[in-house]
Amino acid sequence: MTFEPADRVDAVPPSGIRRFFELAEEMDDIISLGVGEPDFSAPWAAREAAITSLERGQTSYTANRGKRELRERIARYEDTRHDLTYDPDDEILVTAGASEGLDLAFRALLNPGDSIAVAQPCYVSYVPGAIFAGVDVVDVPTRVEDEFKLTREVLEESGAAEADALVYCYPNNPTGATMTGEELRDVAAFCRENDLVVFADEIYADLTYEHDHTSIATLPGMRERTVVFNGFSKAFAMTGFRLGYAMGPPEAITAMNRIHQYTMLSAPTTAQHAAIEALDNCWEDVTEMTTQYDRRRNYVLSRFEDMGLECFPAAGAFYAFPECPWDDASEFAEALLQSEGVAVVPGTAFGEGGAGHLRISYATGLDDLKEAMNRMESFLD
Amino acid sequence: MSSRREILHLLRENARYTTEDLAHMTDFSESEVEAIVEEFEDAGVIRGYQAVVDWGAVETDEERVRATVELNVALDRETNYSDIADRVAKFPEVTSLRLVSGDYDFDLEVEGDSMREVSHFISDKIAPIPEITQTVTHYIMDSYKEQGMTFDDHDDDDRLSVSP
Repeated sequence: MTFEPADRVDAVPPSGIRRFFELAEEMDDIISLGVGEPDFSAPWAAREAAITSLERGQTSYTANRGKRELRERIARYEDTRHDLTYDPDDEILVTAGASEGLDLAFRALLNPGDSIAVAQPCYVSYVPGAIFAGVDVVDVPTRVEDEFKLTREVLEESGAAEADALVYCYPNNPTGATMTGEELRDVAAFCRENDLVVFADEIYADLTYEHDHTSIATLPGMRERTVVFNGFSKAFAMTGFRLGYAMGPPEAITAMNRIHQYTMLSAPTTAQHAAIEALDNCWEDVTEMTTQYDRRRNYVLSRFEDMGLECFPAAGAFYAFPECPWDDASEFAEALLQSEGVAVVPGTAFGEGGAGHLRISYATGLDDLKEAMNRMESFLD
Repeated sequence: MSSRREILHLLRENARYTTEDLAHMTDFSESEVEAIVEEFEDAGVIRGYQAVVDWGAVETDEERVRATVELNVALDRETNYSDIADRVAKFPEVTSLRLVSGDYDFDLEVEGDSMREVSHFISDKIAPIPEITQTVTHYIMDSYKEQGMTFDDHDDDDRLSVSP
């Protein structure tokens, strides 16, 4: 026997991001606007807590569901900030990043042959995650004219009613779109009417600029059919700590934990100590980072306006999603990289619905952003 | 909605932001930014614009010496803190002067071309002022952070150049 990828691995096409990553890696002195993670370091207090935990020798596994202390903090934080009430005993599971949580949900709560409606464009891992779980994918392409929000119309048109679950991310990667509570009501009604469960990726919940985040799980009849995912990577700039969590009804969390306890055992212990400190004492850092992102967002949107590039006003996360001036966004991104040394990601890397757009990350210092925008402007001239 | 105060924060972050940059980052137009900055300058809110220099990184034979000096003073009916501050602040060698709480009264920063020059300045010009009862001079040996900016070389961005 030789090693050949399993069919489910073969079924996943190479990532559109991977291709640009390889191209960018070959070049020197590029300015990358293709980075989907904060350019800030984790708050010092959180790093200090991680160091202290190591000095104290706190290096063993924790409870499978995560340290009780951390789950209590998460419950308090979600209640205070997002009006979500979950019991730390059996409704919260601490995972190695929100991505692990989504993977667990696909595998623990769906059967092979079930289908999942995926609002697109979306984070690159949803579709492969579903394929790895043997779950079919129904593409739900959101539209620029709807500001990339989910609507009853796109759900109906895409055949999402036949799916077993809906997965989405708001504030959204890659578009920066957000949805208000009012807008989510239609989505919630659709899910109730068609008996869909919801996997709500809310990893960017604290990075909003126009209005506060609303979770669909706060809407009537939705808590019992929703699993919410969040984590410390984005708001607290703790991507490398690999720490997230899932919240949902006990039966969902228990099923997810059954896989988690045999695969991950428990999320990284050092990271859990850092996360407790982050929730207790690092909100000023989050506010400061959000202020910086907002300035950069204004800068980028304003520059696109000057360039005559259509870009709807992103209201969350740290991405702008302008229309691509060329028909083929991949060709444009590649030419921009080769000619000007500016890396952006074509919207198609994030699935149907991303076509004709570019993802620009403003998790980049203003000086670099300015230079990248200047180069882009001269490239367009 | 952007506030006028935000312009101050941005200029504190980088005084070389152009009017155009500031307009891009805020809800103000370029002409509004110009007017706001002018108003702040006229009102003395913005007192000046300076570079934050890491003198340790300057390749030169010139010695540049800085010291912080703790000053204790004795007040009388005719002399208050402001009177002493006015007198001390006038020396060009003094780069900053603050009234502080704690074990001493004034925190003074002094710059000179040599330790000798700084020492002479303290002993000849500052110490003899009648109200000053004590000076304690600390020479600055190295600087790691000034005006909120760290002087380290650990700012390389080693994130993946493209990531999800």
